[in-house]
Amino acid sequence: MSSSFGQQESGAPTLSKPGCDRTILRERGQREVFCGLTGIVWLHRKIQDAFFLVVGSRTCAHLIQSAAGVMIFAEPRFATAILDDRDLAGLADANDELDRVVARLLERRPDIKLLFLVGSCPSEVIKLDLARAAHRLTRSCSPAVRILNYSGSGIETTFTQGEDACLASLVPELPEAGTQERSLLVAGALSDIVEDQFRRLFEDLGISPVHFLPPRRAADLPPVGPGTHCLLAQPFLCDTARALEARGAKIIPALFPIGSEGTTEWLKAAADCWGIRHDRLEAVTAPGRARAAAALARHRAKLEGKRIFFFPDSQLEVPLARFLCRELGMRATEIGTPYLHKDHLERELALLPASARISEGQDVERQLDRCRQDDPDLVVCGLGLANPLEAEGITTKWSIELLFTPIQGYDQAGDAAELFTRPLSRRERLEV
Amino acid sequence: MQLTVWTYEGPPHVGAMRIATAMKGVHYVLHAPQGDTYADLLFTMIERRDRRPPVTYTTFQARDLGSDTAELFKTAAREAYERFRPDAMLVGASCTAELLQDDPGGLALALGLPIPVIPLELPAYQKKENWGAAETFYRVVRACAAQHAQSPAVQRPRRADGLRPRCNLLGPTALGFRHRDDVVEVTKLLDELGIDVHVTAPLGASPADLARLGDADFNVVLYPEIALPAAKWLERTFNQPYVKTIPIGVTATRAFIAEVAKVSGVSQPIAETDSRLPWYSRSVDSTYLTGKRAFIFGDASHALAAARIASEELGFSIVGLGTYSREFAREVREAAAGYGLEALITDDYLEVEAQVTALQPEIVLGTQMERHIAKRLGIPSAVISAPVHVQDFPARYSPQMGFEGANVIFDSWVHPLMMGLEEHLLGMFREDFEFHDGAAPSHLGHHDAGPAEAPPPAPAPISIGWAPEAEKELGKIPFFVRGKARRNTERFAAESGVATITLETLYDAKAHFSR
Repeated sequence: MSSSFGQQESGAPTLSKPGCDRTILRERGQREVFCGLTGIVWLHRKIQDAFFLVVGSRTCAHLIQSAAGVMIFAEPRFATAILDDRDLAGLADANDELDRVVARLLERRPDIKLLFLVGSCPSEVIKLDLARAAHRLTRSCSPAVRILNYSGSGIETTFTQGEDACLASLVPELPEAGTQERSLLVAGALSDIVEDQFRRLFEDLGISPVHFLPPRRAADLPPVGPGTHCLLAQPFLCDTARALEARGAKIIPALFPIGSEGTTEWLKAAADCWGIRHDRLEAVTAPGRARAAAALARHRAKLEGKRIFFFPDSQLEVPLARFLCRELGMRATEIGTPYLHKDHLERELALLPASARISEGQDVERQLDRCRQDDPDLVVCGLGLANPLEAEGITTKWSIELLFTPIQGYDQAGDAAELFTRPLSRRERLEV
Repeated sequence: MQLTVWTYEGPPHVGAMRIATAMKGVHYVLHAPQGDTYADLLFTMIERRDRRPPVTYTTFQARDLGSDTAELFKTAAREAYERFRPDAMLVGASCTAELLQDDPGGLALALGLPIPVIPLELPAYQKKENWGAAETFYRVVRACAAQHAQSPAVQRPRRADGLRPRCNLLGPTALGFRHRDDVVEVTKLLDELGIDVHVTAPLGASPADLARLGDADFNVVLYPEIALPAAKWLERTFNQPYVKTIPIGVTATRAFIAEVAKVSGVSQPIAETDSRLPWYSRSVDSTYLTGKRAFIFGDASHALAAARIASEELGFSIVGLGTYSREFAREVREAAAGYGLEALITDDYLEVEAQVTALQPEIVLGTQMERHIAKRLGIPSAVISAPVHVQDFPARYSPQMGFEGANVIFDSWVHPLMMGLEEHLLGMFREDFEFHDGAAPSHLGHHDAGPAEAPPPAPAPISIGWAPEAEKELGKIPFFVRGKARRNTERFAAESGVATITLETLYDAKAHFSR
């Protein structure tokens, strides 16, 4: 994992110029971000017959419970095997314990087809070999249940990188596609409605077959092979992309499908790859573009000229800032991202206004100082910062919602914009 | 390893955060991996605090493990001091940092900061949130107050005549279930008794306030899960007795007043005009509450208080009582024995679920987690204890303690139950299309709730069959007691060697158990 963001960092903030012609502020210090375990909160709903068993401490259990428990009243498809001091005493014993916990779990939930053993900081630090455990358990549980492993630990992953790690662990499991067959694979968990919209658009464009990763059910894993062309639907899929490339798939470089421009460019990238004529793309996308334009016009009136500051959270910051600046006329003062994958974001970065400060990593106190100094109209940040900033009189948009809301595609462009207008409208409305 | 679907308590460092966040002028430097800052949300979102918790995390990552994580900690501690200028600093490790063994306490002391530095040893793989809070509070109290201690041989000087006695309120923290309003209610109650509150801690107290703890005449321990070790130390160090009764419920509040009067020497009668629970509970509208079968689970203090209220003040029958607070297991076992029960001492959510399923109570009084269980089983429930969610940090005044607390409790426990008339009508007319069997109580407004026959997770396999007419008759029993009737009948059949349950068996069992 760590090789995926291999830039050198020292204690002091550094300014450096990567391939694209921009200055990036690199900082380290306290990072006010989630760990990758949080990805479970939406992944367990996307893959309906998968179960996520975190092997970690009470802190891990408490984290997912706090992040998801607010919403979840039914029995969730995730749990934690909490390590105790007996497990820390000897490793062999821990494997027996894990087998026992998995057996109890599968007994309770016979509907589970795919079980992820999710590594955490404690399990990584004590070097509990979950990959080997997954192999061993697969042998004893197959064919009923397939057992995989990935790390969602905070020391290795930040928030959405948990999804990257999860999907990357699925890639070796994908069936081999016939070498001659050309297929499109869309990688990244999308809401079901967005997935269906994209499926229809690709069909209208004449692109087929189209598969999505992750699938909605464990049995429907998409095939992959040298004929597979892959569109990334999310900007945080570095390891997944690399794993797909290792299976022979080719990544189609594109903007991310946020906003009308992003969606069009994203579809165009696939259309070009399939050699589809420009007028057909125009015809297929015209209704969507028109609807998005109409929806965005209303929000542009509210957002134009407003200054926005992004704290790092999900890696969605760069595409979102591009959308808000170019299609809604906002002005970004700082765009913070936990990691900047230069290759995947190259096109996005080229479209960002030159005045925007881009920062990678975080020293939260210093970044808060900069934020207060910028005095932006809207701050995108996590829930640990949102209410405290509101109490200082700064309007905020909490960023986690951007992962839980359908924002991709033409028909969600207006919804995506609305997420940013709502806190501003609310502040105007409230008389108390 | 323990399979955990829901956990009743967070790790011990979250308990330490609750102390630091409750106080003023204290900063906590926590050696922890990236991501552990999720705990900030507990305070900014669930409790809706308007500022960040006073916690600096080192948030180390994998690449830091190869280098000097100890240096990272020292830098974080130094910068936290320079930026926040606290009066005292707590330092400690989260579960992952505990594995690294960087010794935050030693490192921070070596920095030579000009303020008290309080190292916390919180074994994350053995202990939990409340223990962490109790240990932290004890350490902070010792660090701040010890310098004012006199020899135990020195008698406390008697307060001059005409001066009101004063006490400390110990235990309320950040993220405590109704701590905010309990403090107000108990302070009001003490004021009516002629007693001043000297220091309330940790909620709202500074290190300087803790240094003055010894000046009070006695202590009131509102939440023993958090304040008992500190209160015992203050008793040893300053000869301060502490009040042990927790004033949750009318009977308990009266007992609390009596104990406070004894400890402080005041003898002021107090008007109970605020307490409407006794009359509400006696009014005939409440008659149908008699013998409602209640299952109670929570932290020890709230579970014990709830059991007493349920049985003595509301006339419920307690069918199950338990706690996740192992530190107070003995007290809960004793109380349970008094109700003829065996206490359930566990932090395993699945065990609690299994017991609720087996007992089929008519109301569940528990934590947020028991709401999950009760919802799944279609049983009314009310929250009496942490862990709780955002809706249990309400805007309105909602104490659990004192006489107003009893009013709040009466309303919130009776609310989820079906109202009396509706209960009667359901028992008489089974086939109404709208107010159908198993529909939620109509005053709760969920008209389209489906039949709530419990989908019990893996009940014990029963080999006894039901004859169709008996099964049909069972369906005529109101749904909230049907589960119990089914179990009793099956038990009766098993004990008397009946293979197929007929109408006769059903009514034989009814007669058998109604003795």
